[in-house]
Amino acid sequence: MIDSLDIARATLLDASGLDEQALVQVMDRLLSQQIDTADIYLQYSRLESWVLEDGIVREGSHSIEQGAGLRAVAGDKTGFAYTEDIDLPQLLEAAGTARAIASAGQSSRQAIASRHDLPQLYTPLNPVDSLDEAAKLALMRELDEAARAADPRVQQVIVSLVAAQDTVLVIDDQGRLAGDVRPLVRINVSVIVEQDGRREQGSAGGGARRGLDYFLEDERALGHAREAVRQALVNLEATEAPAGLLPVVLGPGWPGVLLHEAVGHGLEGDFNRKGTSAFSGRIGEQVASPACTVVDDGTLPERRGSLSIDDEGTPAQRTVLIENGILKGYMQDRMNARLMGVAPTGNGRRESYAHLPIPRMTNTYMLPGEHDPQEIIASVEHGLYAVNFGGGQVDITSGKFVFSASEAYLIENGKVNRPVKGATLIGSGPEVMTRISLVGNDLQLDSGVGSCGKDGQSVPVGVGQPTLKIDELTVGGTAA
Amino acid sequence: MSHDIATLENIVAQLLEEARQQGATQAEAGVQVRQGLDLTVRLGKTETIERTRDQGLGVTVYFGQRKGSANTTDLRPEAIRETVAAACRIARHTAEDPAAGLADAALMAREIPDLDLDHPWEIDPAEVAAIACRCEDAARGHDPRIRNSEGATLHTGRGLFVYGNSHGFLGGYPTTRHSLSCAILAEQDGEMQRDYWFSSARAAEDLQAPETIGEIAARRAVARLGARKIDTTECPVIFHAELAPSLLYALFNAIRGPSLYRKASFLLDSLGEAIFPDWVCISEDPHRPRGLASAPFDNEGVATQARDLVAGGVLQGYILDSYSARKLGMQSTGNAGGVRNTCIDSSGETFEQLLARMQCGLVVTELMGQGSNTVTGDYSRGAAGFWVENGQIAYPVAEVTVAGNLRQIFGGLLAVGCDNDIPGAVDTGSWLIDRMTVAGN
Repeated sequence: MIDSLDIARATLLDASGLDEQALVQVMDRLLSQQIDTADIYLQYSRLESWVLEDGIVREGSHSIEQGAGLRAVAGDKTGFAYTEDIDLPQLLEAAGTARAIASAGQSSRQAIASRHDLPQLYTPLNPVDSLDEAAKLALMRELDEAARAADPRVQQVIVSLVAAQDTVLVIDDQGRLAGDVRPLVRINVSVIVEQDGRREQGSAGGGARRGLDYFLEDERALGHAREAVRQALVNLEATEAPAGLLPVVLGPGWPGVLLHEAVGHGLEGDFNRKGTSAFSGRIGEQVASPACTVVDDGTLPERRGSLSIDDEGTPAQRTVLIENGILKGYMQDRMNARLMGVAPTGNGRRESYAHLPIPRMTNTYMLPGEHDPQEIIASVEHGLYAVNFGGGQVDITSGKFVFSASEAYLIENGKVNRPVKGATLIGSGPEVMTRISLVGNDLQLDSGVGSCGKDGQSVPVGVGQPTLKIDELTVGGTAA
Repeated sequence: MSHDIATLENIVAQLLEEARQQGATQAEAGVQVRQGLDLTVRLGKTETIERTRDQGLGVTVYFGQRKGSANTTDLRPEAIRETVAAACRIARHTAEDPAAGLADAALMAREIPDLDLDHPWEIDPAEVAAIACRCEDAARGHDPRIRNSEGATLHTGRGLFVYGNSHGFLGGYPTTRHSLSCAILAEQDGEMQRDYWFSSARAAEDLQAPETIGEIAARRAVARLGARKIDTTECPVIFHAELAPSLLYALFNAIRGPSLYRKASFLLDSLGEAIFPDWVCISEDPHRPRGLASAPFDNEGVATQARDLVAGGVLQGYILDSYSARKLGMQSTGNAGGVRNTCIDSSGETFEQLLARMQCGLVVTELMGQGSNTVTGDYSRGAAGFWVENGQIAYPVAEVTVAGNLRQIFGGLLAVGCDNDIPGAVDTGSWLIDRMTVAGN
């Protein structure tokens, strides 16, 4: 495989006329005796997107973002500056600004050590060039036609296609130089259907750290078009959702957004160092039912949430967060790991050079249990079966979280019954996790669509879970 | 700042000239640069200092009815030619679209009024830290139950922006924005609650006092302690003033051009129809001096103007840019980039009068999740707030949902309070809604 670090060096150093000597000079400016850690993050991103609407590919856009973020950390204080111009004078000026967090002093000169020993979880290709323009547009038109052919009630189809390549280079205060070339592709199909004056929508999509040929394999993209129509048609039949406490069975895959909100954010290192999370200080305690084992795993090859190295140069890991219901560990970046006296876990991520790295999730999912999904549904007399969701949100301090079902059914006498309208589900993370009574044997990861927002920074993530049963959860419908 | 308006105007002119040379029949371009300082103090000490400096340029070219766009953070001269070339490459592949093109030349802003949006704050990091400390100290000292903090953050920034197109329109102006926020934790009997408050303004002198922001944040966090879940019920609901803008945004989303031409709105074909009770008036004022959402022209150079969106409860106009206007056979309303400074008139009651009128129901002070469906109007969101009995706040409530349909919510608007005295991008007092489903136990 082509070495990501070599590509990153060529893109970010050679092209800007910078060499290792220049990096040493900038790092020297950034460091002083009081600085515990520091890093320089260079980034070059290109992105191409296309939109089809009303049967035509009506717009496309090409985007280039580049810059350098420089950070100096003293204790729990951080100084940060960035520049869009990657050249020596600008880097030195930004370094001087970032180090102002600590008073001046002498620093020790570090030689640069290139890290070629890191894993590569994806091919460092440029997905923008992975299909020619004619093939990209033909794929989009094919999805439009497939969605319209699937049912005469389809009124509107919107297809969006995005291909991006993110090239990063990180140099830390030890002189370690790590690079990564991250491809990312994403497709989405959204439809409006109409019947007797009632309109509903459906949407489906997927993505991966691959070239666009990913969507052509196994008719993957066509599958998304059919799925969007199926969801919209189900919603045409939906009646009022129930309101109140009910047993809830969640389907496998994307409903794992439950874990992301109910426990994931609450286990990020920054909140726990500061003692602001409902899970703070609870390592070793029973925080979920014994049926629950939850991991954050950035090492799954080619997944949307995966990273060969995080944005601080730490190799991605598989971190066990909860094992058989016992809280095992938090997700850490370098600063919070150092302040908490633990090792970084490869979860230091940033939206771009213009943002500070903070602890973030990668792919967060629950390991499979032993129950047949049908047996789980059959165990519910009257409840909700929710298989598709929109986004969610959590208040990590109180532990309260929500996630919004977009496709759900009533369960009556152990059988999946009529569809009900979308509704928000609300609970308290620490409580809900103890009410997970049955875990299925059908673990699925999502199709590669997730994005997570924290402190105004958005990063791609993955979620997953097997079918599972929550004994009671508040369902926010309108039918009392 | 190393750039000035004239430099940016020159870059836009070069982008437009380059587009013409590369064969575009029409083109539009924009450039912006922003500089700022973000400083956070936590537990009385400086936690982060961030110097921000952003820049970017974008260009859209048209070859007849075919369109292509490109943008970059690179402002060097060679980037201009490359970015225009990238946009032209895209336009070779997009389809002929009868609705594509610049906004009509006749709609371009002829005069660019000075809206008093530029008030740089000359302040060094030590002074910034001192202000943020006053804010956090006020929060921490407010109540013994305040035991932890996420800190206080002050942001100050100034940006320059220039837009031009091949009709000959070229306009730009500087803007400033400053904000101070505080997020604080209250603790009692092992229960933790977090809340925050913030103020944002074009001029530093218009910010709320640091101590006031800290005290409000602390008061809100403490008031949440002891929150209970309530039984599932149907009752009147008050959306407190700081959350009521979310209901106006739900309205704006439903009357935006793309939602309408895609037939993806529950308010399709509602122009001229009563969607609120007859006393409701909602207006837009893009030229408000120092307004947080003020703009003399929209993102296509179209002159912006004050107007009523809803008068006498009746929908008066949609929110359109030139593309969606052509798709609908209408004219741009100068809203490329969104609505600017909207306001719903108060029906005159104070917050206490709203409580008295409601007698028994839920006051919502926090909303969670998305849960607002523009296609169907179905609405279901997570909520926290206070239960009201006999017209008085009785106790805090958490972990419930409020649900209904936006048509019924708008139609069931009983009153808008006069309890908002802080001008924002969306001005509204608290909303009293006649009936919603509250799900809890």
